[in-house]
Amino acid sequence: MTGGSCNAVQPRNVGPLARAFLGLLALLVVTGCSQNNLSFLDPHGPVAAAQRTHFWIVVALTLVVVLPVIVLTPVLVWKYRYGGESTYRPRWSFSKRLEYLIWGVPFLIVAILGYFLWQQTYSLDPYKPLPSDQKPLHVQVVGYDWKWLFIYPEQNIATVNELVFPAERPLELELTSDTVMQSFFVPALGSQIYAMHGMVTRLHLLADHPGTYRGENTQYNGERFHEQHFTAKAVTEAAFDDFIAGARRHGHALDRPTYQVLDGRNTVRELARALGEDGQTEALRFSATPDDLFSAIVAGTPGEALAPGPVSIAAQQTPLAFQRVTTGVDGPVAAAAALTPLHAADDAMVSLPPAGSPRHHQQGETP
Amino acid sequence: MTLTHFLDIALGRLDWNALPFWDAIQTPDTLHIVNAAIVTAAASLVVLGALAVVVLLTRHGKWKVLWSEWLTSVDHKRIGIMFIVIALVMLARAIIEAVFMRTQQAFGLDGGFLLAEHFGEFFTTHGTIMIFFMAMPFLTGVINYVMPLQIGARDLSFPVMNSVSLGLTAAGAAIVMVSLVLTPFSTGGWSGYPPFTESSFNPGAGVDYWIWAVTLSSIGSTMTGINFAVTIYKERAPGMHLFRMPLFCWTALCTSILMIFAMPPLTVATALLALDRYLDFHFFTQDLGGDMMNYVNMFWLFGHPEVYILILPAFGVFSEVFSTFSGKRLYGYTGLVIATMVIAVLSFTVWLHHFFTMGQSPNVNVVFGIATMLIGVPTGVKVYDWMLTMFRGRVRVTIPMVYALGFITLFVLGGLTGILLANPSIDYQVHNTLFLVAHFHNMLVPGLLFGMLAAYNMWFPKAFGFRLEERWGYRAAYAWIVGFILAFFPLYALGLLGMPRRTVSFVEPAYLPWTIIAGFGALVILFALFSLAMQLWLSLRQRHANRVPVGDPWDGRSLEWATPAPVPEYNFPVIPEVFSRDAFMREKDLGQAYQRPAEYRDITMPANSALGPILTATGFLMAFGLVWYLWWLVLLAGGVSIAALIARSFVRKTTRIISAAEVRETHEAWLRQVAETRAVKRDQERDTSNRGLPAAPVSGAVQ
Repeated sequence: MTGGSCNAVQPRNVGPLARAFLGLLALLVVTGCSQNNLSFLDPHGPVAAAQRTHFWIVVALTLVVVLPVIVLTPVLVWKYRYGGESTYRPRWSFSKRLEYLIWGVPFLIVAILGYFLWQQTYSLDPYKPLPSDQKPLHVQVVGYDWKWLFIYPEQNIATVNELVFPAERPLELELTSDTVMQSFFVPALGSQIYAMHGMVTRLHLLADHPGTYRGENTQYNGERFHEQHFTAKAVTEAAFDDFIAGARRHGHALDRPTYQVLDGRNTVRELARALGEDGQTEALRFSATPDDLFSAIVAGTPGEALAPGPVSIAAQQTPLAFQRVTTGVDGPVAAAAALTPLHAADDAMVSLPPAGSPRHHQQGETP
Repeated sequence: MTLTHFLDIALGRLDWNALPFWDAIQTPDTLHIVNAAIVTAAASLVVLGALAVVVLLTRHGKWKVLWSEWLTSVDHKRIGIMFIVIALVMLARAIIEAVFMRTQQAFGLDGGFLLAEHFGEFFTTHGTIMIFFMAMPFLTGVINYVMPLQIGARDLSFPVMNSVSLGLTAAGAAIVMVSLVLTPFSTGGWSGYPPFTESSFNPGAGVDYWIWAVTLSSIGSTMTGINFAVTIYKERAPGMHLFRMPLFCWTALCTSILMIFAMPPLTVATALLALDRYLDFHFFTQDLGGDMMNYVNMFWLFGHPEVYILILPAFGVFSEVFSTFSGKRLYGYTGLVIATMVIAVLSFTVWLHHFFTMGQSPNVNVVFGIATMLIGVPTGVKVYDWMLTMFRGRVRVTIPMVYALGFITLFVLGGLTGILLANPSIDYQVHNTLFLVAHFHNMLVPGLLFGMLAAYNMWFPKAFGFRLEERWGYRAAYAWIVGFILAFFPLYALGLLGMPRRTVSFVEPAYLPWTIIAGFGALVILFALFSLAMQLWLSLRQRHANRVPVGDPWDGRSLEWATPAPVPEYNFPVIPEVFSRDAFMREKDLGQAYQRPAEYRDITMPANSALGPILTATGFLMAFGLVWYLWWLVLLAGGVSIAALIARSFVRKTTRIISAAEVRETHEAWLRQVAETRAVKRDQERDTSNRGLPAAPVSGAVQ
């Protein structure tokens, strides 16, 4: 949305109150005026655009039932008020014709909406690859307390709180959490999906054009939940190549001591400080990640995939390194051994999934 | 044994950290001191409030009255009133918490004044209280009071169990209140999802407070459900066929069936979570085979029917309100009954819509999405039935009617957003955002709360013998409607702008105008709460002027209005015989109301029992002991509970007789009063000449 169209909705010749009201209304409808691209009502990808269309269809059709109530209720109260002159039939309590109408119309609306629901649920299934002539970019997402790790398995780099990807090229995400349940969400691009420990969920997104979009976790996970947002940056192919090269050149090493801090309860700024960076940093990059890091995290044994690394002074000194009770990590070197054994995670996989369980699978399996 | 050992056993894990201001002593910066001041003030209110009650009771010498006429009473009417008292006290607390949260978010751009930890406790206690200790006791209280009167019964089928249900709810509420003094409470939200609520992530006492408060309440509600359902099946007066029951009784029946089947999954879910936390089980943990998705399914297997447990009684109340204050038969009675039953059945088939985003296949989402939208059909039918009840009626805009009209117009908007949320692909966008928060408040505030407040205004004169004050009553009703609109419509906008729920602060300037409007709305709601308090206070002062001893101030249609106000313990001197729907209106229409029975007989009523208050105390102490690891207290209170149950089974004298002479005397006195009272037309309904005797209808037409 350009600045011009934003100004177009600002009325000029009305009172200040009305202008404030219309301004608020405009803010809702044309959220593009905000630079952060917050909402699917101002979509920047095909998924969000389809969701917006569906949203307005449902609103319009449901209003067929809702509007008469809002309009007719005051009319009825006035027309049939006590002391009024309108017809009074205290024993009238049934009409077959009206009954057909009040059952039939809502049913018909729900039937039509049901058709749309059916169609949209299948076509916007987050697990379904998006149609495109370009090869999707594969990114693996891990939720931590209070930040996100993005692993680029084909490029062997990783970032924290910054998802950079080429515009117009589908983004194929696999998600898990190395802590409590979280929900990964970039509203301007499309759907949200839960990320859960020991399980993998999937999501497909696509940005129509380069831009910066706000991403967040919507599932409360503790004290610093409100700080767990990230930027999703759609860039040109050239800029993407630069980004990869930059990460390879300047990124931190992701070894066991660093992972231990990453896995702790802290925000990206605290993590950056622990790694010796400026405390205002909003995102971090890692230069060389092992191929099997994501599947090792899912299996509960990230330590096995990572290089032992030097015993990092920063990691030992930070008070933020969180000693998790379940895994009992008590030192960088012991990390691999102390993490949950692999077979335990396997148990979770084979246990009978309850209704609505995610189509979780191990890395590499075809969905 | 050394002193340290002794203290370890005696105090469990209670220490200085439990004090609400301890945090600020450790970290004395402005933010911590402000927060400590807020929490300490709240804790002091609880302590001083309790002390004030004790002092007042002692000064007026009312302990004996409290014990023998209220706490040990098994009279469904008194138990109902006590349920509602709990609900109103908890309502006040939860509204104040909501105001704090809205104010925080109004200042929440990059900051605010609340600590994230306290904000977490606020949204958790607000939700837990509003569902389990405001809504549930309120509707249970109203059903308790009204339903037996409407079906022509003398009490519930299991009066002592009713008292125990009340006791368990009270114990749960007390646990939540104590958590203000000995902190903290859980920050896991009212749904308490693991693994966040597992001891690996939240080892403190907070989650345990939540678990035991909810467990106590859920057991109480299961028993309540059984009690209500059995009463409706077995205790109806002769001629009161199911299809002659007032619609409120139908909704009470559907709600109790839902309680029976929906509360146990919650009890099981919280019990399994407790096993995880106390005994290292792995039901929902992240390792050794635990799976939190089982909890999520079990919780919503309770949680969704729960929504209808809450809303159906309100639908029943509105049915009575629309028909009474339109002076007209309820339109489409059979349709409304069918719609209620359809909603009750469908409510068990939609729980998955609370987690469309968990990654299941679209096949599953489509089924649950369509089932969810289908519930919109019977609900829409109900709304139109109520409108058609006003159609060709004589509508009086009394206070219950203001709530009902506010409900009907606001509720359909909540219905619209509900249909939106039922679509998985749209839910993927608004799930977990403030849009969802706005939606369920839109269903529960105009739905449940307006319904209960309408019931409170409508049946208060029945319970206490005088009408509620009207000026502040109207103010409260209008403030609720305006406050609701201001507080919650902005949340729809915020949700559409992607603002997640439960966030203490935010960095998007675009959110700020909306959070400020919502903050104003919360203040208007606070004014509504104040108006309710003023209304009650003034009503008590004007109680003599507003007396309605004959008992029918609104020209009511069902049997409860055929009794004096307040209603005698035995309800009806002789069990009435019923010939049609709107049984009392038929009597008035035929000129057969206020008849002298052919003969008076002795009436057998259940005798008082101390079991309820004893289990209240032991339930509370067990829960408290479990929270703080005071194992001696758990064993002691558990032992007393079992002993009390056994002792109760040896009690022989479980009934008492009210003699025919006494019944005759009371009833004849009332009939004399009826004869002496001047009947009033509906235009005098709201002034002091209304003594509860309406002018007789003319061929069905209310005068």
